[in-house]
Amino acid sequence: MLQVQARKRLDGFVLQAEFSAPTPGTVALFGRSGCGKTTLVNLISGLLAPDEGRIQLDDTVLTDTRAGISIPAERRRIGYMFQDARLFPHLSVLGNLRYGEKRAARRNAWAARRGAKSDTGRPLDLGDSIGFDGVVELLGLGQLLSRRPHQLSGGERQRVGLGRALLSQPQLLLLDEPLASLDVARREEVLPYLEALRDRLSMPMVYVSHQFEEVLQLATHVVLLEAGKVVAQGGLSEVSLHPQLRAIVGPDSVGSVLDGVVIRTSHGMVELRVGNGTLRMGLQQAEPGSRLRVQLLARDIILATEKPHGLSVRNELEGVVADLSPDDYEAVLVKVDIGGAMVLSRITQEAATELQLRPGSRVWALVKAVSTRGHAFRLPSA
Amino acid sequence: MNGFFSPAELDALRLSLDVAARSVGFSLPLAVGVAWVLTRARFPGRSLLDAFVHLPLVLPPVAVGYVLLVVFGTNGTVGGWLHEHLGVQLPFTTAGAAFATAVMTFPLMVRAIRLALENVDLGLEAAARTLGAGPWDRFLTITLPLMLPGILAGAVTAFAAGLGEFGAVITFAANIPGVTRTLPLALYTAIQSPSGEAMAPRLAVISILLGLAGLLAAELIARRVRRLLGR
Repeated sequence: MLQVQARKRLDGFVLQAEFSAPTPGTVALFGRSGCGKTTLVNLISGLLAPDEGRIQLDDTVLTDTRAGISIPAERRRIGYMFQDARLFPHLSVLGNLRYGEKRAARRNAWAARRGAKSDTGRPLDLGDSIGFDGVVELLGLGQLLSRRPHQLSGGERQRVGLGRALLSQPQLLLLDEPLASLDVARREEVLPYLEALRDRLSMPMVYVSHQFEEVLQLATHVVLLEAGKVVAQGGLSEVSLHPQLRAIVGPDSVGSVLDGVVIRTSHGMVELRVGNGTLRMGLQQAEPGSRLRVQLLARDIILATEKPHGLSVRNELEGVVADLSPDDYEAVLVKVDIGGAMVLSRITQEAATELQLRPGSRVWALVKAVSTRGHAFRLPSA
Repeated sequence: MNGFFSPAELDALRLSLDVAARSVGFSLPLAVGVAWVLTRARFPGRSLLDAFVHLPLVLPPVAVGYVLLVVFGTNGTVGGWLHEHLGVQLPFTTAGAAFATAVMTFPLMVRAIRLALENVDLGLEAAARTLGAGPWDRFLTITLPLMLPGILAGAVTAFAAGLGEFGAVITFAANIPGVTRTLPLALYTAIQSPSGEAMAPRLAVISILLGLAGLLAAELIARRVRRLLGR
């Protein structure tokens, strides 16, 4: 468990945040630029000290202003992947990768000699260390080792930065908008590696982003930040329904997020168990038994009060209206409970009145199988 | 070569190189330290220290030499102590000439190093911190290598300027042939004496060539190191 409670005043900006997230797992700090995300990860890393607060990772208290505890950043064993990579220009890629690794080895040797606990007070767990070759292979760095940072593309630089952080044997990895400085093509040079990292290492990660897509793709837990405050936190499905998220991502990106298990695949169609219903999606690749996450945009969902027939739509999910809330442009957001899974639908005020929708109404949520294209993401197996 | 230069000229040339080299060797570590303090540390009196370091740039060199004589002379407060406890005498010695030269060229060196330090990205040091590097480790493995172009440029500039230091040297260390009579002092002596007409222009040419070589070397080194750092 990562528990953070911190207050920090910086040039007139006040961050007052409190959240906790399960470990291992990937928690996303999500919010607009300037909402305090980077300040928050800097507090966790120890590069910034809070005016007041307490930060704890599993059994290790990293900061506690009241108890006078503040482990210096260099002894926190927290890896940091920076938005601008921050590779050392006077060292080769190899030199950069070895920088943290060497110091981790030195620290371990020192701790082993003393036969004591590591600096962070936790018994040393040498078994979870990641080897050099493993990292080079995982991140595809083999061809780059002798190059200098200025000879790398933006995506390569980020991968080296990630590898360097991993090799310092961290207990927690902070990723501060690692894709923000890259164009779309370069992002594809990095994102799959981040996915692989999440799936193959059980390392807790804090992922900072202002792109909800990245959050969807990588995170298990999300903390919503707005003007220095945490406005919502929890699992993605839960937070996807939160009104504050709508304000940040914009009305066209509002939608519910459902995690489910693939029960069958056939002819380019995938069947996903969500709640007590089955969602059929047009998706080329998925293994039965694997887990998928899908975002259903509210504007794509049609509601019917009777079971329709003669339609091309592949999904008619039966459920009960849980909640109606006013939305922009004379529209209404309807939350439908599909046996435990929530689906959001945006309909006009007029339609809501005509269908006499109210909490408890029985409805069918109609979802086109093709509307999920580009909105489905692989999840690590549970 | 011995046929071309007289022993006195060679003495002056050798002394100038010796004095300049010693002065750089003496002041370089200190200049790095002072540049670091002036750039990174925040403390009351920082502006005063800054002004004090730069004082030799604006003072008449003779005044600097005189102050050094008062403080570091064998009867001076510091000089007396040095002489009594360590047996070190600075005035009228080559070491003294180097010391006076170091004081005069110190601001040049600090300025160059400071400029280099200001250009070191603090973000890189923060990155080194997250990778487990403590303060000294960071300084030696990140900050110092990145400052290297500035340090080398500062050292070479100070060396070139040190070859020609006159006022402070002649005041503090006097004009002793073979001990403190460096190139400019030998040139001055040659101009002053009726028999020195032949020597003066040759010493002047040597000074010009040395200075030119120093400045070119500074530029060359800076360029080479920059390329090494990939910038």
